[in-house]
Amino acid sequence: MASGIRDKVAILGMGCSKFGERWDCEADDLMVEAYEEALEDAGVETSRIEAAWLATAIEEQHVGKSGVPLAVALRLPYIPVTRVENYCASGSEAFRGATYAVASGACDIALALGCEKLKDTGYGGLPQRSRGALNSMYWANFSAPGSFAQLAAAYRAKHGLDRADLKAGMAHISVKSHDNGSRNPKAHLRNKITAEAVLAAPLIAEPLGLFDCCGVSDGAACAIVTTPEIARSMGKHDIVTVKALQLAVSNGTEAQHNSWDGSYFATTRIAAKRAYHEAGITRPRDELSLIEVHDCFSVTELVTMEDLAISPEGGAVKDVLDGFYDADGAIPCQIDGGLKCFGHPIGASGLRMIYEIYLQMQGRAGARQRQTAPIRGLVHNLGGFPHQNVCSIAIIGRQGA
Amino acid sequence: MPGIASYGGYIPRLRLSRHAIVAANSWANPALKAHAKGERAMGNWDEDAVTMAVEAARDCLGERPREGFAALVLASTTAPFDDRQNAGIVVQALRLAGAINTMDVSASQRAGTSGLIAALDAAAARGPVLFVAAEKRRAPAGGVPELQMGDGAASLILEPGDGIARLVGSRSSSVDFVDHYRGHGSEFDYGWEERWIRDEGYLKIVPPVLAALLAETGTAPGAVAHFCLPCTLPRVAQTIAKQLGIAESAVRDTLAAGCGDTGAAHAVVMLVHALEQAKSGDRILVAGFGQGCDALLFEVTGNLARKPRGITGSLAAGRSETNYARYLAFNDLVKIEKGLRAEVDKQTPLSTLYRKRDMLLALVGGRCERCGTVQFPKSKICVNPNCGARHSQIDQPFAEFAGRVMSYTADNLTYTPDPPAHYGMVQFAEGGRMMADFTDVDVGGVDVGMAMRMVFRIKEFDTQRNFPRYFWKAAPTPGHSAAAKES
Repeated sequence: MASGIRDKVAILGMGCSKFGERWDCEADDLMVEAYEEALEDAGVETSRIEAAWLATAIEEQHVGKSGVPLAVALRLPYIPVTRVENYCASGSEAFRGATYAVASGACDIALALGCEKLKDTGYGGLPQRSRGALNSMYWANFSAPGSFAQLAAAYRAKHGLDRADLKAGMAHISVKSHDNGSRNPKAHLRNKITAEAVLAAPLIAEPLGLFDCCGVSDGAACAIVTTPEIARSMGKHDIVTVKALQLAVSNGTEAQHNSWDGSYFATTRIAAKRAYHEAGITRPRDELSLIEVHDCFSVTELVTMEDLAISPEGGAVKDVLDGFYDADGAIPCQIDGGLKCFGHPIGASGLRMIYEIYLQMQGRAGARQRQTAPIRGLVHNLGGFPHQNVCSIAIIGRQGA
Repeated sequence: MPGIASYGGYIPRLRLSRHAIVAANSWANPALKAHAKGERAMGNWDEDAVTMAVEAARDCLGERPREGFAALVLASTTAPFDDRQNAGIVVQALRLAGAINTMDVSASQRAGTSGLIAALDAAAARGPVLFVAAEKRRAPAGGVPELQMGDGAASLILEPGDGIARLVGSRSSSVDFVDHYRGHGSEFDYGWEERWIRDEGYLKIVPPVLAALLAETGTAPGAVAHFCLPCTLPRVAQTIAKQLGIAESAVRDTLAAGCGDTGAAHAVVMLVHALEQAKSGDRILVAGFGQGCDALLFEVTGNLARKPRGITGSLAAGRSETNYARYLAFNDLVKIEKGLRAEVDKQTPLSTLYRKRDMLLALVGGRCERCGTVQFPKSKICVNPNCGARHSQIDQPFAEFAGRVMSYTADNLTYTPDPPAHYGMVQFAEGGRMMADFTDVDVGGVDVGMAMRMVFRIKEFDTQRNFPRYFWKAAPTPGHSAAAKES
């Protein structure tokens, strides 16, 4: 019987580049920026790394295919390097590869690095690209904001909410993330905004306005993982371990079968349940200290609060407006600004979320440090579209918690 | 003699205000002000002669089984392909059986009537024929033809026997009278003086053909109850009627006020419009002019049991468009800034298109023979999480399924020729769902629960290779209010 990943793998070091419009950088420059911080944090040399995973989702826009770009950028010594892609959850996928490698005993120290260089398209937003030959011939002409916007229509219909009440909840989410981002020196967007500005912004995809959408950024994030024993032997204390790592992938049920109502993420609910079980969490609302979720759009964050079983179904708007998820609330959500303001360099995002939880656990988050010392944090990294997606959930916490 | 067994029609939803056209162009040509009345039918950006033909044919077919047709004839001078049979696309989209004779008829404004005569001959000899005439017309901006033309389609089922209108007779003449022409590769027509076309063309070429037909069928001119002659010149049909002894009251409305002249389709559009209003025993005389003349005489023998949308229904379902710039953009008459997002390569792999032709062109999904679940697209393993049967699916057409909006958005980011792009999840009463593009909707006019039907449209146009990529979209079901909630 599989025993899961709980406490089998420790984070030895992490690094994260500044996110944003890095007009001066190539992808490999960003990789090195994140890597140097992680190396220094881990206190190891490149020669100690035995295997590596590279996450990029829109590789045709920058580094191209394979693990080679990472091996070349970091001059890795002919070790196994694998490139992974799983929509916007690619970063978590790299982390999973490295973590499983260590947990299996196949290697002592492994590296996960996610990177995306998105600002060379000539326009704002995600690059418009082929979705596969046959898909392009029948999929609706949907964009990321347009597919996620539909959550709002379905959620509103299901819970009998009027447009204005839902928009108010969504607006608070964006205002909160901008507040948090303003305290994060690595964040892409550091300006504070008001709910009035959110509501007055131009529509991107009804009902999502400009401030309901996250930034598209350049950036990289990196994790070096090992076993708790090796970490301790290297003199590390306050060890942060992986409590759970789960992935749920749509199988076409939401897109093709009339059992899904469009108002939630089927994958998130399943992955969360499995992750809580793996981590030994029974009351997530009481047991989680803070969360980093995939807030690609404000409405995604809203419904995810319910999918993670933290807010009751239909109760997310109230919790959000009550400040439950604010930086000084019971469970801060996106204390670093989230995708919304830290930024969203696709392949790096899952690792960036883990980076934040890791810093918070060690009390190293500076001006944005959670006041009550956190014990367990959850990372929710989603890729795709509400009707067809991959959802990764990682729970990270103090060793022994 | 064969007869007409059914009819259907389709006029696109948008009706461009002639006042708007004239307001934009009369600075250059003040004489246009004489044409500032009424509206003309304007196809959506995702419509062409083939998609309109499919819509008219669906209206004509109703719930009639799609088997047993001996032929499909498509008449159009504006069909999208010079070499890829346009009629064949219609057959595929309608899921008519493969063993069918297909033919495109083109190259003259008379294509509609000449095609109809050929289709009637084929029906008499070989059984049921589906005949469709459709035009998406193009004219340079700022000219009179732009004001007079309209887009539309009409369809007839022709069968041996009387049907609802039996063919009494037909007659043709060929005269190389070049009132206008459109040479190979030319974008627009080149035309000659209207007075000459009227006096030397219509008034000399049409009457002898009609007179001969009436004579040889023993029809007294006064017995003609409906006289259909498409012509954009004023009072030509009335003059010819008077000359022949046909009552002026029999001269049919050319639908200039609300539709415009649909080219080679227009004689058929007018015939269908006449059939919608005719009563048993009425004689309908139809004429088509263009390098000669065709004439057909029908006698109405009954009415359709059902009421198709037809021309009357289409005309009633229009939405006025006062934005002339939108018409120019939809018809590629002005260079438009499309943005970088429009640059994505839209090449269609022809082998994939062929392999998936039932799915892509006819909207055929699957039905699991084990659990009955209906799904789109069809797959090797059933999507029902409680079934999971393998190799259990049979073809399930979705095109005629009634759907409702489950979720939707109006997207200003993604490229579309008609922003914002509306799309959403459509769930079908019979089962199954699909994330579909919406068409023929207005901003603010979509909501959860809205009733939708599927329509065959251009999904994307590959401008690099001049290839329309067709698929099905969801459009509001006529007669259902935009805000209709799920009951």
